[in-house]
Amino acid sequence: MSEFQSKGQRFVALCMLGLVLFNYPILALFNVSGTVLGVPVLYAYLFVAWAALIALMVIVAETVD
Amino acid sequence: MLHGTAIIFTSFAYLGLLFAIAYFADKRADAGRSVIASPYIYSLSLAVYATAWTFYGSVGRAASDGIGFLPIYIGPTLMIALWWVVLRKILRISKQNRITSLADFIASRYGKSALLGGLVTIIAIIGILPYISLQLKAVSNSFTILVQYPEIIMPITVGETPAREDTALWVAMILAAFTIAFGTRHLDVAEHHQGMVAAIAFESLVKLLAFLAVGVFVTFGIYNGFGDLFARAAAVPKLRAMMTPLEGVAGGYANWVWLTILSMMAIMFLPRQFQVAVIENVNEKHLSKAIWLFPLYMLAINVFVLPIAFGGLLRFPDGTVDADTFVLTLPMAEKHELLALLVFIGGLSAATGMVIVETIALSTMACNDLVMPLLLRWSRLRLNERRDLTGLLLGIRRGAIVVILLLGYSYFKLAGEAYALVSIGLISFAAVAQFAPAILGGIFWKGGTRLGALWGLSAGFAVWLYTLLLPALARSGWLPISFLEQGPFGIELLRPLQLFGLAGLDQITHAMIWSMLMNIGAYVGVSLLVAQSADEHRQASLFVDVFKQTGEASGARFWRGTASVPDLYNLLARFFGAASADSTFAEYAGARGLRWPEDALIADAELVHYVEVQLAGAIGAASARVMVASVVTEEALTIDEVREILDEASQVVVYSHRLEQKSRELEAATAELRAANERLKELDRLKDDFVSTVTHELRTPLTSIRAFTEILLDDPDVEPAQRRKFLGIITKEAERLTRLINEVLDLAKIESGKADWVESGVDMKEVIADTLAAMDQVFNEKNIKVEARLPDRVPTVTADLDRMIQVMLNLLSNAAKFCDSTSGRVEIELTERDGALRVDVHDNGRGVRPEEHEAIFSKFHQVGDTLTGKPQGSGLGLHISRQIVEHFGGRMWVESHPGTGARFSFTLPVGAR
Repeated sequence: MSEFQSKGQRFVALCMLGLVLFNYPILALFNVSGTVLGVPVLYAYLFVAWAALIALMVIVAETVD
Repeated sequence: MLHGTAIIFTSFAYLGLLFAIAYFADKRADAGRSVIASPYIYSLSLAVYATAWTFYGSVGRAASDGIGFLPIYIGPTLMIALWWVVLRKILRISKQNRITSLADFIASRYGKSALLGGLVTIIAIIGILPYISLQLKAVSNSFTILVQYPEIIMPITVGETPAREDTALWVAMILAAFTIAFGTRHLDVAEHHQGMVAAIAFESLVKLLAFLAVGVFVTFGIYNGFGDLFARAAAVPKLRAMMTPLEGVAGGYANWVWLTILSMMAIMFLPRQFQVAVIENVNEKHLSKAIWLFPLYMLAINVFVLPIAFGGLLRFPDGTVDADTFVLTLPMAEKHELLALLVFIGGLSAATGMVIVETIALSTMACNDLVMPLLLRWSRLRLNERRDLTGLLLGIRRGAIVVILLLGYSYFKLAGEAYALVSIGLISFAAVAQFAPAILGGIFWKGGTRLGALWGLSAGFAVWLYTLLLPALARSGWLPISFLEQGPFGIELLRPLQLFGLAGLDQITHAMIWSMLMNIGAYVGVSLLVAQSADEHRQASLFVDVFKQTGEASGARFWRGTASVPDLYNLLARFFGAASADSTFAEYAGARGLRWPEDALIADAELVHYVEVQLAGAIGAASARVMVASVVTEEALTIDEVREILDEASQVVVYSHRLEQKSRELEAATAELRAANERLKELDRLKDDFVSTVTHELRTPLTSIRAFTEILLDDPDVEPAQRRKFLGIITKEAERLTRLINEVLDLAKIESGKADWVESGVDMKEVIADTLAAMDQVFNEKNIKVEARLPDRVPTVTADLDRMIQVMLNLLSNAAKFCDSTSGRVEIELTERDGALRVDVHDNGRGVRPEEHEAIFSKFHQVGDTLTGKPQGSGLGLHISRQIVEHFGGRMWVESHPGTGARFSFTLPVGAR
C-alpha cells in the first residue's frame, strides 16, 4: 500500500508542476517575440515543457520502489 | 484520378480492413488468446480521444489564435498524472461492481438510483450530439472537397445540393451499420468488446501516421524546415501577432485555464473515454504504461499543427479556404493526390473511431439506464415472465445506435454550419464536465447524496442548455437572434452569453463558470442538507473505501431476505442463456468447493449478491436491482442497521490493524532483546577467557620465579655460578612478567578507546632504520642476516611515532624469534603504491600454517610448540600491532606457506587522515 501511496504522491506533485508550468505567470514569461532555433519562443517552450513533463511521468510510472 | 468512386472504394476497403481486424481479435478472444491484453494496445485505444476535431479542427483553431488548440491536450496530460490516484480507484470500483457505463457508475454510487442513471444518460446523449455531428461534418466536408480535385472549392460554396446533404446522411447510416456489426454482435457478460478495441487501436495508428505525413510534407516538402516556415510567417504582420497570442486578449489567460480544466474533465468523463479507459480495461497494470504513452501520443500528433496552420495561411492568404480543411487542401494544392487520399483516410479513421466507441457507450447507457428500467417498470409488458431477454437487449442497443447517429445528423443539419469544428466539440466537453462533481465527489466523499447529485447535474445541465446549446441554435437561425442580443423577453440580465452581466469571456469559459458554480453548489449544498438512505449509505462506503474491501462478497453483508436457487438461476438464464447461466453458477459453486448442479447450493445473501452483480454486468446496476428484487423476498435494512454493519466492519478492521501492529512491534522488540542477550553472553565468555588466559600467562613466570627464589632461600650453599644463573632466570622472568602486564594494560587501553595517540607526520623509512639499529644486537647474536630495501624518499604517513616503532619492533623480534636457527635471514621492504605505504617483513623460518593466518592476530595466540617448548612471548604483540595499524587506517596480514618462511605486511595510507 505504501508503494502505491508514494507513487500517488509523486504523480500529484507532477500534476501540480504541470499546472504551474502551463499557467499564468510562467506562461507570460515566454509570451514574447523572438525565436529559439527558428521556432517562436512560446511554441518552443510549450512543447519542450510538455515533453519534459512526460519524461518525468515515465520516470515515476516505471520506477519500482 | 481522384474520382468519387475511387474514394468511396478506398473508404470501404479501409472499413473492411477494420472489420477484419475486429473479427480476428474477437475470434482470438473466444479462443482465450486475447490480442488486446497489452498496455500498448490499451494506450492506443485511449487515443480515440483524438478525433476529427484533432485531425482537422486543431489546425483550424491554430490558424485563428496560434496556441489555442493546445489546452485540449495539455489538460488531459495533467489529468493523466492524477490517474494513478483517480482512475485506479474508478477501475477497482467498476471491476468490483461490474459497472457497464458512466451512467451505471453514477447510478450505482448513489444507491442504484434508476432516476439518476436515466438523467445521466439523457445529459450524455444530448451533450454528445454536437460532437458526433462534428465527425459527420468533417467526413462529409473532406469527401466533398476531395471529389472536386484538382479544384479547391469549399463545401459552403458548393451550396445546398441534394448530393451533399446525402453525404452526411450516408456517412451516418454507414457508420450506424458498422457500429452495430462491431458492438452488438452478442451480449457479453463482462461488457468487453475486444474486437472493437483492437480496431480502434489500429485506427489510432493510421490517423497518427497520416497526420505526421502531412506535417512532414508541409514542413520539409513545401518549406525548408521549421525555421524557414516560421521565418516566412513572421514576415506577415497578422501571422506574427499569433506567435505571442496571449498578449492583449481580454481574459486570454482565463480562457486558457478554463480550456485546460475543461479538457481535464473531458478525458475522464467523455462516455467513450470512460468506455475504453474503464470498461474495456482488461488489466489494471496496463495503467502504468498508458500513463506516459498516451500523453506521448498526444504530443506527437500536435507537433505539426502549427506548421500546417501557418503553411495553410501562407498558401491561401485570401481566406477563401476554411482553415479547418488545411490538412487536406495543402496536399491537394501541391497536387499530391496520394497524400490527399491518405489524409482523407486518416480523417476517416479519427471520425469513425470516435463514432463507433461513443455510440456503443451511449447505446449501452440508453439500454441499461434508460429503456430497460422503464420497460421493467411497465408491468403490462410482463417482461418478468419472458423466457429470453438477450434478443430484446441487443435490439434496444441497435435501435439506440441508429437513433443516436440520426440525432447527430439532425444537429449537424440544425446547427453545424455556424461554428468551426473545435467550437462544436467544446460544447460537448462542457456537457460531460457536468459529471465531474458527482463522480469525483462520489469516490472521495461519502457524504454526497442521490438528491445532491440529481440537483447538481440538473442545475449544471440546465445552465449548459441555456448558455451553449440554445445560442448555437439561435445562431443557426432556429431561434430569434434577439434572444441572444437583448435576452429572453428583453431582460438584459438573462442574455445567454452574458448571464447576469458577466461579459468579456469567451462563450465556453462563461458557460463553464456558471454551470460549475450551479452544479457544485447544488451537489454539495443539497448533500449536506438531506439525509442519506440506507442504500445510498451502503453504496457510498463501498465506493469510497473500495481499497479497504476484500473481494466481491463485501456487498453481501447488507442483504437480508429469502430467495430460491432455481429462481435466481432462471433469472440469469433469461438474460444470458442457459449455457452461460450454468457456467456462472458452476464458477460460484467451484469457489466454495461444490459442484453445480450436483450439489445443493444455498440461496443466501452471498448468492443473491453474486447473481445481482453478474446481471449488473449486462443490464446495469439499477435494472439488475429491480430484476433481482422481483424474484426474491427481501427485508429492507434501515439506515441504522447499515451504519451498524459498516461501523462493526470498520471497527473490526481498525482493531485487527492495531493488533497486527502491536504484534509486529512486540516481535521487533523480542528480536532486539534476543540479539542484545547473545551479545552479552558472548562478551561474558570473552571476558572469562581473557581472565583465565591472563592469569595463566601470569602464573607461568611467577611459578618459575617462586621456584628459583625458594631454592636460593632454602639452600644457602648454592655455588656462585649456579646462583648467578638462577638470579639471571629470575630477572628474565620478572622482565617477562612486567612486559606481559604492560601489554595487557596497553591492550585494555586500546580496546576501550582510551589510548593516547600522538599523531604526527611519520617517516616510515626512519622508523625502520631506527628499529633495525635497536635490534642490531639481537640479530648479531643469532647470526641473522638482515637486508633492508628502502626507497630514497617516501611520503610521510599520519601516525603515532612511538606506536609505529612498537609495531616494527614486534614484527622484527618475531622474525628474529622464528628465523632459521642456523642461517637466518630477514628481509625488510618498504614500497609506495596506490596512495599507501607498504612494509613487508620476510623471514625464512618455518612459516605459518594457512589455517593460522588469521588466528595469530587474535589475543593470546601463541605459535610455540605447546608440547615441547614453552611459548615464546605473550601472544599479544601481533594483536596489538594490528589494532594500531587499523587505528591509522591501514591493514595488516600475513602470507606464508610452511617451510618457506612468513611474510608479515602492513599498509598505511599516505598523507593526512
